[in-house]
Amino acid sequence: MTKQNKALLSELVRTDFKLRYQGSVLGYAWSLLKPLLIFVILYVVFVRFLKLGDGVPHYPIYLLLGIVLWNFFAEMTQQSLGSIVGRGDLIRKIRIPRWIIVLSSSISAVINLLLNLVVVAVFMVINHVDVRFTIVILPLILIEVYLFALGISLFLSALYVKFRDIGYIWEVFLQAGFYLTPILYPLARITNLSFQKLIMINPMGQAIQDARYAVVTDQTITAHRLFNGGPYTLIPFAIILVLLVGGLAFFRKESKYFAENI
Amino acid sequence: MTTDDFAIKVDKVSKAFKLPHQKSGSIKNALVGITKGKRGYENQVVLKDVSFEVKKGEFFGIVGRNGSGKSTLLKLLAGIYTPNEGSIQVNGHLTPFIELGVGFNPELTGRENVFLNGALLGFNRSEMQALYGSIVAFAELERFMDQKLKNYSSGMQVRLAFSIAIRANTDILVLDEVLAVGDAAFQQKCFDYFETLKREKKTIVLVTHDMSAVKRFCSRALLIEKGDIKIIGSPDEVADQYLFDNLNTEKTNEPVTNESLKPQIKSLQVIAKSPLKLKNDKSFDFDVEYELNQDLPVYLGFSVMHNGVSALEHNSKSVNLPHSAGQKHVVHYSLPLNTFNTNAFKLNVTIFDLKNKQPLGYKVDASSFFVTSDDPTKGGAIFSQGQWSIGT
Repeated sequence: MTKQNKALLSELVRTDFKLRYQGSVLGYAWSLLKPLLIFVILYVVFVRFLKLGDGVPHYPIYLLLGIVLWNFFAEMTQQSLGSIVGRGDLIRKIRIPRWIIVLSSSISAVINLLLNLVVVAVFMVINHVDVRFTIVILPLILIEVYLFALGISLFLSALYVKFRDIGYIWEVFLQAGFYLTPILYPLARITNLSFQKLIMINPMGQAIQDARYAVVTDQTITAHRLFNGGPYTLIPFAIILVLLVGGLAFFRKESKYFAENI
Repeated sequence: MTTDDFAIKVDKVSKAFKLPHQKSGSIKNALVGITKGKRGYENQVVLKDVSFEVKKGEFFGIVGRNGSGKSTLLKLLAGIYTPNEGSIQVNGHLTPFIELGVGFNPELTGRENVFLNGALLGFNRSEMQALYGSIVAFAELERFMDQKLKNYSSGMQVRLAFSIAIRANTDILVLDEVLAVGDAAFQQKCFDYFETLKREKKTIVLVTHDMSAVKRFCSRALLIEKGDIKIIGSPDEVADQYLFDNLNTEKTNEPVTNESLKPQIKSLQVIAKSPLKLKNDKSFDFDVEYELNQDLPVYLGFSVMHNGVSALEHNSKSVNLPHSAGQKHVVHYSLPLNTFNTNAFKLNVTIFDLKNKQPLGYKVDASSFFVTSDDPTKGGAIFSQGQWSIGT
């Protein structure tokens, strides 16, 4: 990346951050408060009332980590989706690399994720979770989730220029994904093994379970365990790779015509 | 010709836009369009096979009427649009100014906007920190930098944007109608900036409607009409052709003439007797034809307008005009053009009541004509009759 592009990227991220909580009293605190409040609601309903997490050690942390990762994925894809159209004034009047815009909105989501992970860490200490050496793979899992979200973001942001329906469609997709990924419930609650496998082909399912395994408890069904380390284990990664390469190619092709299509 | 003496090379570029018949970007419409076998859009060709070259160090003007494709051409040069056919090569670093203050955000402070805008121009934070003081000083906004931009007047915003823009350190500048905004003092600043750029031998492409700017700054210019290059040549040639073309099209849309008559006047007509494009050693001859509804002593007055300002006026109080009712009277006027320079002029004619000097009717843009001169040493609307001499 050239020096100019780096400067531009950092300035765009800065602007995003300054403007995000414009006019709200608590300001940046909302980027921590929002997931915490959602966590409290889900915790009360699903852990206290419905007892979904019985038998899983440190289930509140287990739940929180899942929510934080999923929120990151949802936030990044949703922000990126509208990013090109939202910066239409720049695209129509100035020559900047288009991908910088998607990258800048993804970086604001990453910053939020890191802040949220600090909260997770605090809760881990309060809950006396034993930190095991497996935690070192967490950064790799985060990178994996980021690349997955990036591939999708490239597709969505380019498609949204032409079809504004994508905004609504993606909202529904995210809602479906939230329930089809083992976030609220432990995967073991699904008794049908084929369904379990189907769910774990989804990169978000695989990544969240792996993160829980690495950070919270080794009593987690990971994709590796489910597929006995067989070739199916690679499917989530293959999906990410295809989406990323396809997304880049599609975005490159479409970005030539962003200025006239917005 | 060496291979790298060009700054921009445009080779057989064509550009068309797909204009949807019904503005709605939804999947449903796309699907409906496919199933019906209808495409639902129109292909509008904006530029056809355009080729030209801008040399390094040139001040290159692009002129054309609205809708001629000049803005599209500009955006293609700037790399904002991609051509459908042909190629554009840019030799050096190019910065476009389609608009001043791109990316300005009303919710950010002046200071934050300076850094954001600077980043869009390719400056990093430490470079901007170094430039910041001079930018603010030039814009004369020291006291306002920590206020939000939305509390700035539009003049302040333009000053700030311009002050950042002129820091752009680049080889090639592409400017669009930047001159169109701001007051006279601001335009003067723009002109000074252009002079600086010329001295620094930067390559500049300027898209404008202002023919005096073309003549003053450009070393070469291009006239574009309906997506085609009409002429490329000296700025004088291009500017004169542009002004003349504008006159002609105005003529074909005759009803632009603005007329108002009081009940005493039945009709007021102006008929040009000379060709509409003529050299300044000729005269522009015209007839004024009027008919009154009642017998009333009247006199006529006309003014020759240039860029909305009256350049010359003459009334007929010194002559007794016929004023019987119910019959057409014709008055002739012959205007020697030796005091006029190359330019377009318009004619306004008014008929007055001789007693109380009140206007009874007028015709704005009753006719227009285009004067050309052979003397390239003289500029402006009026042909100078003065002489240079050495010594005191």
